[in-house]
Amino acid sequence: MKLRNNPAISSLLMVSPLAAILLIFLVLPIVLIVIVSFWRATEFSIVPAFEFDNYEFLFGSSVTYTVFFNTFKYALITWACTLLIGFTVAYYLAFHIRTLTWQIALFLLCTIPFWTSNIIRMISWIPFLGRKGIANSTLMSWGAIDVPIEWLLFSDFAVILAFVHLYTLFMVVPIFNTMMRIDKSLIEAARDAGANGAQILWNVIIPLTKPGIMIGTIFVVTLVMGDFITVRFMSGSQSANVGRLISNDIALLQYPSASATAIVLLLTVLITIGTLLRFVDIRKEL
Amino acid sequence: MTKFTERNGLSRRTLLKGAASAAIAAGSTTLGAPMLWAQNIKDVTLRQFGTGVSNLNDVANKVKEDLGFTLEMTALDTDSVTQRAATQPNSFDIADIEYFIAKKVWGAGNLQAMDTTKIANYDKIAGTFRSGLLTPESTIAQGTAPHTVGFTSGPNGTDFVQEESGWMTLIPTIYNADTLGIRPDLIGRPISNWSELLNPEFKGKASILDISSIGIMDMAMVVESMGEYTYPDKGNMTREEIDLTIGIFTEAKKNGQFRAFWKSFDESVNLMTSGEVVIQSMWSPAITAVKSQGIPCVYQPLEEGYRSWGGGLGISAALSGIELEAAYEYINWYLSGWVGGYLMRQGYYSAVPETSKEFMSADEWGFWYEGKAAEGDILSPTGDKLAGAGEVRDGGSFLDRMGSVVCWNSVMDENQYMVRKWNEFIAA
Repeated sequence: MKLRNNPAISSLLMVSPLAAILLIFLVLPIVLIVIVSFWRATEFSIVPAFEFDNYEFLFGSSVTYTVFFNTFKYALITWACTLLIGFTVAYYLAFHIRTLTWQIALFLLCTIPFWTSNIIRMISWIPFLGRKGIANSTLMSWGAIDVPIEWLLFSDFAVILAFVHLYTLFMVVPIFNTMMRIDKSLIEAARDAGANGAQILWNVIIPLTKPGIMIGTIFVVTLVMGDFITVRFMSGSQSANVGRLISNDIALLQYPSASATAIVLLLTVLITIGTLLRFVDIRKEL
Repeated sequence: MTKFTERNGLSRRTLLKGAASAAIAAGSTTLGAPMLWAQNIKDVTLRQFGTGVSNLNDVANKVKEDLGFTLEMTALDTDSVTQRAATQPNSFDIADIEYFIAKKVWGAGNLQAMDTTKIANYDKIAGTFRSGLLTPESTIAQGTAPHTVGFTSGPNGTDFVQEESGWMTLIPTIYNADTLGIRPDLIGRPISNWSELLNPEFKGKASILDISSIGIMDMAMVVESMGEYTYPDKGNMTREEIDLTIGIFTEAKKNGQFRAFWKSFDESVNLMTSGEVVIQSMWSPAITAVKSQGIPCVYQPLEEGYRSWGGGLGISAALSGIELEAAYEYINWYLSGWVGGYLMRQGYYSAVPETSKEFMSADEWGFWYEGKAAEGDILSPTGDKLAGAGEVRDGGSFLDRMGSVVCWNSVMDENQYMVRKWNEFIAA
């Protein structure tokens, strides 16, 4: 019964299951990746070593910088598009739909595409955007263009389109969630005080939705920065982000090199998120 | 190495071992004869993996019918196949892999050497896989030719030997001569050189495969054809040669020559049928697949010759006892003709042509192997029409095609460097 009286021990015991899970399934694998990133690879095996070859090759190649730049480019553009669409949808759902039933119904409607797999939703764009795809043939039958638009498919445009399509919901959900918690009387008060629609949006709603925006941002940015399959399929293997660099390395059995790239990516993403969190204290706002 | 898997239950295995091995000595040499342990072998499940080209459900069904045991197939892309053979030895019993993959993974010790005295049709295996010579007069092409990595020194060998040692790394099953595939209807003029792949005329309509060991050879063929450089040995480039080759293609990529790169052959089929691409590296069944949709597609013979590849079956090092004998029986069955005939009708060559002939009609044999004009409709194994009466195979007869092979898919001494450069090319 001493245990119950000792708050330090009992709280330690309470957190230990979670801590153990995180330690085994998160910390350990990352430590392993860090270790392997200093190893040496041969054709068919990896040899324990402590050398900086993998990092040297990574930082010594101009392709690495291009690829990291690409990764940020995809993340930034996708973020801007998903934020715009996500915010608009959430705003409409939260403030223009009056009844809770309809809000829930329309919200569920948004999730319908998620009943099929990511890959299928992505790949279905390919026949649509192709040289003889629906988009091009429609435009041509309208007489808007004479020759098919080449950059619709297997281009950065296609990649970002797929990203936006895949990840907008990750922006809608948290923003909608925070918007629903905004006290409606605050908006009435603002209106009574003479604010117009734009002012209410800018000075009341956006500041109060910040945590939602930030959570959505973290979702979208990490998903895009860690993705490789969308980039591979939608660019026809022609563009690369860091994820593809890693997956190529793994496919070619270059695990140490893949680990080194993964560590650099991990640090980059952590720094990005750390920076983002400087703007909003999610913990406090929630 | 005393590694074994507990997966199949140790007790059954040890129990049967004695009985089985006695019966096998007699059994495996007389193929198809009823065997004493036929009842036990029905419980065996062999797990095979390989690329989509020969991992066909029809084969698994036929195995069940003819041999009674279960064969589980997993089809993967070439790089995943290599990865699995090297890193997950307990995930498979039979590896259906290419010879250049064997060169990469043999040293890892995940496959066991196979005793050629247990292979009934060993003497009928094509010369390419044994002495390396197609005909006594042939010269051996550059690159990782199958016979150079086909034999090892003994049951526990991890090396390669250059003579027929009686211990094979892979039992050869399939090979072919690869070239560029084109859409004649969209190109509208004859194509006769590898250099056409980088011809600006096809800007945004070309493709190359994203599998380094194969792609680098296609690149080398193009570079030589363009007159940019003649390699002393395409199959074993120096760092400078790798830089040069990939440099030329990186520039072409930046200029928008390529529409896409592909990794598995169904991707190449989609690129071709949709008209996104009109000229690209291609494999035989992909051509078959495009044609069977009624779309014209030619496996274009080119002046510089073909890039060739060969595949075979390897046995996991973890396999022993009745499973090992089932694996041998499966391989013997594989070489006995039915699969060979099936693969030949897809445009490949069987490593044991003699036995495959018995499973093909005279017209099919004439069309696919001898390069003769078809007398009636030529059908794919699944029944789609591939050619009508009077048509001949692209590239002609077996000797015309395999006789014009100038290089094999390769793993070079500088493979590590090449792979990194390849990765850069894809990312550039």
